Amino acid sequence: MANVTMTINGKQVSGEVESRTLLVEFLRDQQRLTGTHVGCDTSQCGACVVHVNGDSAKSCTMLAVQADGADVTTIEGLAKGDDLHPMQAAFRENHGLQCGFCTPGMIMSAIDLVQHNADPSETEIREWLEGNICRCTGYHNIVKSIKAGAEAMRG
Amino acid sequence: MYDFEYVKPGSLDAAKSAIAGAEDGKLMAGGMTLIPTLKQRLASPSDVVDLGGLGDLAGIRKDGNSIVIGAMTRHAEVAASADVKAAIPALADLAEGIGDPQVRNRGTIGGSIANNDPAADYPAALVALGATVRTTKRELAAEDFFTGMFETALEDDEIITEVVFPTAEKAAYAKFPNPASRYAIVGVFVAKGGDGVKVAVTGAGPAVFRVAEMETALSGNFSADALQGISVSADDLNSDIHAGADYRAHLVGVMAQRAVKAAG
Ligand SMILES: Cc1cc2nc3c(=O)[nH]c(=O)nc-3n(C[C@H](O)[C@H](O)[C@H](O)COP(=O)(O)OP(=O)(O)OC[C@H]3O[C@@H](n4cnc5c(N)ncnc54)[C@H](O)[C@@H]3O)c2cc1C
Ligand code: FES
Ligand code: FES
Repeated sequence: MANVTMTINGKQVSGEVESRTLLVEFLRDQQRLTGTHVGCDTSQCGACVVHVNGDSAKSCTMLAVQADGADVTTIEGLAKGDDLHPMQAAFRENHGLQCGFCTPGMIMSAIDLVQHNADPSETEIREWLEGNICRCTGYHNIVKSIKAGAEAMRG
Repeated sequence: MYDFEYVKPGSLDAAKSAIAGAEDGKLMAGGMTLIPTLKQRLASPSDVVDLGGLGDLAGIRKDGNSIVIGAMTRHAEVAASADVKAAIPALADLAEGIGDPQVRNRGTIGGSIANNDPAADYPAALVALGATVRTTKRELAAEDFFTGMFETALEDDEIITEVVFPTAEKAAYAKFPNPASRYAIVGVFVAKGGDGVKVAVTGAGPAVFRVAEMETALSGNFSADALQGISVSADDLNSDIHAGADYRAHLVGVMAQRAVKAAG
């Protein structure tokens, strides 16, 4: 067992984990942050995307011990009280979700895109979503949501 | 996944002794291949030695006519590097085409070449550009480094430290990606540099290989037309659910022509 300490959504937390404990297991099972989903557990679907030190990463393909000392942001860390993050609000406005399973990963991935590219084109959004799979929407409204979310984030 | 002893050394020397001293140790870069392998229990090391604490192994620098990329440099950093884009734009393009943004944020050049997946992109660039792989024990020419399917010349306790890429006069990479993973079904890297024209193919065979007939044709006339009529035998190529060997052989010709056109 190892002790890990990291900052999650601005709060410092510690916990005992096995070497093999995945970051997503630490988040969901120990920290009870169940907004981060596990769709495939094989690094393909992106439902588990969180930010680690500012970059999007698949938390099913990272060990909790690798995140020791890191700054982690999950979907729970985006809203300010009752005010949704502009990207979350854009998904709601534009019907960017149906069942919602892929949505946390989509939003975390989309925010990372906007950090790199404040005004992404439709093609750039579609290319960026290579690692995020949605079984429901057909992606069209997700792309629309991200365009609107990027615009709102530009202010 | 079976449990293991996790070690995160703070220096290259400490990493060398950790891996040499482990009963059945495995190095870890970003874990993008290693963690899925552990989950499937295809590997069950006694110790995992995480190279993530070795800042010295990450980074890109210019050295005369070469670009030197540290083993722990992530694909996203190579794709975004102004030095790489200026000196070998084809290499930045290749890195940008690997997997997806999250794979590029954690996957590294050292992990990719140590793994030597037959469908990985970097091996084609290393061979076509005549790169040198530096390790904790020696320097290896790319062609001596990649020895077979998932096989390299690396010893168990040898750590890749950096890869040296000589710049080329012309270079480009064209890949026909698997639409799901983006791994190469066939990828061809063409480079015209100090020691002539090299054509390196990944995805098609058990490991990266060069096509001598194409290289000779392009040495005389560096244009896609020069490749007309040159075919690659399907005999030793891969066949799987994604593509048969004959289709892959055909794609080698098409991707080589596209790469030459892109190299200009
Ligand atoms: C969904 C998905 C899509 C992908 N698509 C592509 C693609 O399109 N093209 C492509 O080329 N790749 C692709 N990859 C692979 C990716 O490029 C990673 O770089 C590769 O998986 C290696 O990961 P890593 O660097 O995290 O190394 P790890 O997984 O940590 O390690 C891989 C192996 O290398 C060894 N190793 C690591 N570093 C060193 C070192 N410095 N010295 C010696 N040995 C070392 C480890 O012991 C291990 O055996 C994909 C991966 C995923 C999960
Ligand atoms: S659960 Fe991590 S990529 Fe699917
Ligand atoms: S909304 Fe159901 S998976 Fe995307």
